[in-house]
Amino acid sequence: MTDPLSFLSGHAVQWGAVVLLMTGLYIVMTRGNLIKKVVGLNIVQTAVFLLYISIGYVEDGTAPIVLEGAARYSNPLPHVLILTAIVVSVATTSLALALIVRIREAYGSIEEDEIRERESD
Amino acid sequence: MERLHIVLLIALMIALALALVRMRNLLAIAILSGVYSLLLAAVYTLLDAVDVAFTEAAVGAGITLTLMLAALSLTTRRETRPGGRAARRVLGLAVAFAAGAALVYASFDMPALGDAAAPIHNHVADRYIAEGPRDTGVPNIVTAVLASYRGYDTLGEVTVIFTAGIGVIALLWRWRRDEP
Repeated sequence: MTDPLSFLSGHAVQWGAVVLLMTGLYIVMTRGNLIKKVVGLNIVQTAVFLLYISIGYVEDGTAPIVLEGAARYSNPLPHVLILTAIVVSVATTSLALALIVRIREAYGSIEEDEIRERESD
Repeated sequence: MERLHIVLLIALMIALALALVRMRNLLAIAILSGVYSLLLAAVYTLLDAVDVAFTEAAVGAGITLTLMLAALSLTTRRETRPGGRAARRVLGLAVAFAAGAALVYASFDMPALGDAAAPIHNHVADRYIAEGPRDTGVPNIVTAVLASYRGYDTLGEVTVIFTAGIGVIALLWRWRRDEP
């Protein structure tokens, strides 16, 4: 907290993840196109993943693969959790895209406003 | 120097994400989100998370992009409506900035990047690193934890993928009775 430059370099990655999360959130909330909403959701997810991985990073460490002469390894636990999360996020994305394809077949549109209009007709 | 590279790559990712907000061509959006994933994989490599990096490159950039392109070929390539009403945009901005401000405020209490004395490094991780290769015979500690120590997590992950696969088949399979 004392030295402003080290404070900045210690938290810049976290703030970058926050900005990515804000951007994704904004896309999800304001864009009506369903595919764009899925892309926004993916950005929110990747922001969380980035934050997690940055927590596991250790200065002067190496990747957590046992190596002669390596003194420090980065923390393998966040890596494991995020590995699982990435694969699950692809599964949910594929399900969302399949739903979008069906919505397009049923309503003839993937725009939220048009779907709502057709629903109220 | 490494940190500068990480921050530069994240700045590029933010620029890409902001470009995605404005873009209307869905094909370009899908491809740019693949580029975004590849940049993220590079950041993971710099953060010493090699297993996560190649998963992100293969699954995030590869499979997600393929799925997106498949979905676009079955739907449409352009966003037809302009992006939302003004009130909705203002509300979206307000919520995004409120969430961002809360998170930045919380980050002041977080340990700094790369701090070896942070609480996360002082519990179970040490044991995995010290005992993992002997317990499991796998030099890659991430693999050891994923497949051995937390094998049930991975079983749960496979269950999720299986369920999602069943869901996609149920949604997209052309049942014979539906055909004209």
